[in-house]
Amino acid sequence: MVAIALSSIFGAETDDDFDLSGAWKLSLLSELPIGTTGVVESLELPGEIQHHLMHMGFVPEARITVVRRAPAGDPTVYSIDGFEVALRRDTAKAIRVREYEGSNTR
Amino acid sequence: MSSCCNTETIEVPIEPRVPGRIRTVALVGPPNSGKSTLFNRLTGLRQKVANYPGVTVEQRVGRLNGIDRADLTLIDLPGIYGLDTYSEDARVAVDVLHGEMPGTPAPDAILLVLDSLHLRRQLMLAAPVLSLGLPTLVLLNMSDLMEARGGHIDTLALAQELGVPVAKISATRGAGLDSITHFLNRKAEPDAPLSVTKIELPVVGNPRSYRQWATGISTRTKYKAPVSNQATKRIDGVLLHRAWGPLVFLAVVFAVFQVVFAIGQPLSDGFGNLLNAAGDAVAPLLGHGWLESLAIDGVWRGVASVLVFLPQILLLFLFIGVLEDSGYLARAALIADRVMRSIGLNGKAFIPLLSAYACAVPAIMATRTIENKRDRFATILVAPFMTCSARLPIYMLMIAAFIPNKPLLGDFFGLRAAVMLSLYVLGFLAALATARLLKSSILKASSAPFILELPQYRLPTVRSLGLRLVDRGKVFLRQAGTVILAVTLVLWILSHVPFHASLGESVIGRIGHFIEPIIRPLGFNWKIGIGLLTSVMAREVIVGTLGTLYGADPTTHSLGLQAALRHDLTLGGAMALVVFFAFAMQCTSTIAIVRRETNSWRWPALQFTYMSILAYVAALATNQAILAFMR
Repeated sequence: MVAIALSSIFGAETDDDFDLSGAWKLSLLSELPIGTTGVVESLELPGEIQHHLMHMGFVPEARITVVRRAPAGDPTVYSIDGFEVALRRDTAKAIRVREYEGSNTR
Repeated sequence: MSSCCNTETIEVPIEPRVPGRIRTVALVGPPNSGKSTLFNRLTGLRQKVANYPGVTVEQRVGRLNGIDRADLTLIDLPGIYGLDTYSEDARVAVDVLHGEMPGTPAPDAILLVLDSLHLRRQLMLAAPVLSLGLPTLVLLNMSDLMEARGGHIDTLALAQELGVPVAKISATRGAGLDSITHFLNRKAEPDAPLSVTKIELPVVGNPRSYRQWATGISTRTKYKAPVSNQATKRIDGVLLHRAWGPLVFLAVVFAVFQVVFAIGQPLSDGFGNLLNAAGDAVAPLLGHGWLESLAIDGVWRGVASVLVFLPQILLLFLFIGVLEDSGYLARAALIADRVMRSIGLNGKAFIPLLSAYACAVPAIMATRTIENKRDRFATILVAPFMTCSARLPIYMLMIAAFIPNKPLLGDFFGLRAAVMLSLYVLGFLAALATARLLKSSILKASSAPFILELPQYRLPTVRSLGLRLVDRGKVFLRQAGTVILAVTLVLWILSHVPFHASLGESVIGRIGHFIEPIIRPLGFNWKIGIGLLTSVMAREVIVGTLGTLYGADPTTHSLGLQAALRHDLTLGGAMALVVFFAFAMQCTSTIAIVRRETNSWRWPALQFTYMSILAYVAALATNQAILAFMR
């Protein structure tokens, strides 16, 4: 199961500091399915926006849950520190997360 | 100044800071943490509050009357996440805190308002704010809600961790406010022991260290977050549902228009009868001379013809109030983001655009929350296309006079409401098309990200909705009692000078006939032309103008305004008039605020010219199309 998930990730994303230990897999926030939780690894956004998001709580080690998508499929509502914030796919693509296998409650 | 959003403010003398003495206190906190609600409690003023982030976009100043400390000044600030200035409203807050805002005194003390439902994240702001070094009281707002939902915090431990006093309050209920009095009294005594408790603030000033610091404190103070509000999740399950979400959105819009007609129209008619009866009762007291003519036919007819729309305007504001206070507005922005993106704007621009349905002036102010300057300017330039409440009187008048009351979808939706809705849609489409044009030409910019915090749903309180309606009613009555009164007075005089001349021969008649050739192709007569001129001050003035002019005309004197209009205008002319108002920028307050927010006359001049040309062409097309169709 894990191997399949990892291989599917390897196809799209190869990263040098990829953490293979445990049941974590690295992915982009935009790719997390609804209901899953990820832990922020890093953000790669233009300076001001990145700072703004980090002040809102999007910092490394923060836990983010994908709550729902807007009726048009984008933006997506994320839950972080108990509050909800909506981001477009473009923005979520620049946030790397570690996804925990089995966190998918659906 | 503005006809739409007068707020009382006070002048505060700017004096240099004296260490140890408190004269000015600032309310600081993240967006939507309840600062303005607390401000209203503490000052007794009525600053606008609602349930979405970014309601307050500029500093507001008041005296601390609410806790009997009128000697102290309180400043309400826009919400901030940190001391960075990513948007215009955040820049205002940070400038005031640093004492760099011209005209606003530098604060001597800070009330840091944090939402205790989300304390772990909200505490992140405490680090940069405490490092400002000002006397600070930390207020954990909505603590009643937190405890009711099983949350917990050790405030004593938190005070020790932060090195400043901490108090639990509820701004909505006014609970715990005595802690603010104590804090201010204690700090005011010069020999009071200063809190010199050594506290550890994060050394590196970045969000990551702030968060680690905040998490550490949350753990050590045994902060237990309340169980999350499942109601919000369940409601969003419907309102943001792929199919139901947009349907509910449309149903709400339809319902608003139908209610404004089905309930508002009878109310307005009743109110109108009452106003006429009042006029008739007073008339005999004035004798039968020119005084009666001036007071009743001139002024009262003019002012009353606008006043009758008060019930409908209040109904509209009731709906807007429910949308804003419940938290639905942010969801509407989320649903609209896709459409907004296709025209090159940000979904966040939808919030100011929606509030422009009330009035463009506060909407243009609200664009300060848009981070990208070009996006912000584009939103400012298209906001006046959104159908503001000042257009309601002329729309209602013309529709009631010319459109038959036929049911379309049973009793739920009638022809009149449909025409009204199409005028709103027309304005919205003009805004979208113009935004697209601007974003692909003079205001081209890379797309800004959409970052929007969604507030939890709250049931709007009767008190808050009531206060909105009272304030709104006052603004409307003040406008009727000043601008409209003055215009009708001047019009009556000009329509009776020279003495004994007929209306057509009077000064106003001559002006009207002079401009008539320009507007005749639109299906307008000279009286409408005068109305177009006076309504540059504010849109609803045209209704007062028509009331006075038709009252002064002997052939229509005995008719009501609606009947007089039917007697004098074709269907084409009537519809061309409402289309003209859908597009034209007939509002000096809007012109003034655009000038202020863009800091140049260039933008309002461009906007006025563009909108006027569009209005003329669209009205011309409407009239000619209806003429061709009726032939």
